[in-house]
Amino acid sequence: MIDQPKISLSGVQKHFGPKHVLRGIDLDVPRGQSLVVIGGSGTGKSVMLKCILGLIRPDSGQINIDGQDITGLSNRDREAVMGRMGMLFQGGALFDSLQVWENVAFGLIQGKSMQREKAREVAMAKLAQVGLNAAVGELSPSELSGGMQKRVGLARAIATDPEIIFFDEPTTGLDPIMADVINDLIVKCVRELGATTISITHDMASARKIADRVAMIYEGQILWHGPASEIDRSGNDHVDQFINGRADGPIQMQVRKL
Amino acid sequence: MMRFNFLAMIGSVILQFLGAVGRLTLFTAQGLRHCVTPKFYFRILGRQMLQIGYFSLPVIGLTAFFTGAVLALQIYVGGARFNAESLVSSIVVLGITRELGPVIGGLMVAGRVSAAMAAEIGTMRVTEQIDALTTLSTNPYKYLVAPRLIAGATMLPLLVLVADIIGVFGGFVVGTQKLGFNAGTYVQNTIDFLHADDVISGLVKASIFGFLISLMGCYHGFMSKGGAQGVGRATTNAVVSASIMILCANYLITEMFFAQ
Repeated sequence: MIDQPKISLSGVQKHFGPKHVLRGIDLDVPRGQSLVVIGGSGTGKSVMLKCILGLIRPDSGQINIDGQDITGLSNRDREAVMGRMGMLFQGGALFDSLQVWENVAFGLIQGKSMQREKAREVAMAKLAQVGLNAAVGELSPSELSGGMQKRVGLARAIATDPEIIFFDEPTTGLDPIMADVINDLIVKCVRELGATTISITHDMASARKIADRVAMIYEGQILWHGPASEIDRSGNDHVDQFINGRADGPIQMQVRKL
Repeated sequence: MMRFNFLAMIGSVILQFLGAVGRLTLFTAQGLRHCVTPKFYFRILGRQMLQIGYFSLPVIGLTAFFTGAVLALQIYVGGARFNAESLVSSIVVLGITRELGPVIGGLMVAGRVSAAMAAEIGTMRVTEQIDALTTLSTNPYKYLVAPRLIAGATMLPLLVLVADIIGVFGGFVVGTQKLGFNAGTYVQNTIDFLHADDVISGLVKASIFGFLISLMGCYHGFMSKGGAQGVGRATTNAVVSASIMILCANYLITEMFFAQ
C-alpha cells in the first residue's frame, strides 16, 4: 500500500437537473505531487474540485483520500478531513468583515481553536512567506489589490499546514508578471509543506510552471492524463488544440454566428 | 394543447412552492440545531446583538413616538362621535403594547436588518466566502446563521419594550399638550388599564418576529445566486417575506393569546 494515491476519484458523476456535468471522472493524484487540471470553461473543472472538497455531493462514484471514501461522511468527520485541506479560491473569497491577518488566522482560531495572539503570530509569518509585511495584516481585504488578495488567499490556504491544497484558477485576472509571482509562490509553498495539490486553470504558462502531472478534462471526463513534461507529445488532438489555444480543431466552441 | 400547458404551469408553480417550503423547513431546522449545539461564536453574537438591538434604537424610537402620538389624536377625534374621548390613554396603551409596538417595530427592523443580512450573506455566497468557511473547518450555519437567529429573537423584545414606553409617551405628549388632558389623570388611566398580559404578549410576538426577520435575511442570503442581481433579489425577497410572515404570525399569536 506504499503507492496508495493521496487522492483518488473513480466514476464520479454529477447532474444538475438535465445537465450531465461530470460523466464519470477517474483520477489519481500520488502523494506530494502537483496535478494541474486543464480544460475550457464549463467542462466541469470547478464542480470536480467542489466534489472533492465536499461542497457538492456527487451523484455516484467514490472519492478517496488516503484510501478513505469521503463521499458518505458525516458532517463531523468531514470537518476533520477538511482540517487537512486548504483552498485558494478564484476571487480570493476573503472575509471582508475581518482584517487581513484574521483572514489568514481564521482556520487556526476557528478550526484548530488556537489562541488569538498565537494565531496572529502564525498569520504574520505566513503573510511574510507570501511576501507581504505586517502592515498589510492590519488592513481590510477591500483595501488590497487583486494580486495582494490572491497572496493573502494563498497565505490563508497554507496557514494550517494542510496536506492537500486546491487552487482554483490562481492566476486568472492578474497581469503576467504578478501571475508568475503567484506561480512561484505556489511552487515554493507547496514544496516547503510537501503537500499534494490539485489546481484547475486554463492558463498554460501557469500549468507548465506548477504541474508535476497534467490532466485534461473535456465534457465531464478526463480525456488525457500524464506527466507535465509529456504534454506537448500527448498525441491527443483535443489536448494539442487546447495547449496551443487554437479556435480550429476537434473542440468546437458554441459561438452563435451573427 | 393550451389546456395541457395551463395545467403544466399550475403544476410547476405548485412544485416550486413545495420545493421552497421544503428548503425553508430544512434551513430552519439546521439553523435551530446549531443554535443549541456547541460551539458558540460569542464574538459574532455580540456584534449581531449590537447591530440589531442598539443600532435600531433611533428608528424604533421615532416610529414608536409618532405612532403613539397619531393614535392619541385619532382616538380623540374618532372617539368624539361616541363621547368616548376619555378613553384616549387606555386605548393608546393597549394598542401600543399589544399590537402596534411589536408589529410596527418588527416591520421597521425587518426593513433594516433582514435586508442588511440578506445583502451581506448573499454577497458572501456569490463571492464563495461561504464555501471558504466550509474549507476552513467552520460550519456556515453555526458561524453565520445561529448567531443572527439568537440575536434577532433576543433583541427584538428589548426593542419593543423601548417602543412601548416611547409610544405611550408619544400619546401622553399629544394628550396633555394638544388635547388638554390632565397629566396625572392620563398616567393614572394608563396604569389602571394596563395588564401584564398585554405587555408580555407583545414581547412574545416580538421575539418570534425577531426570529423570523433573521431567518428570512439568512435564508434568502444563503440561497442567492447570480451575482449582483441575485443579491439584490435576495434583499428584496428577504424584506417582503419577513414583513408578510410578521403580519401572518401576528394574527396567529393574537389568536392564541386572546381568543376565548
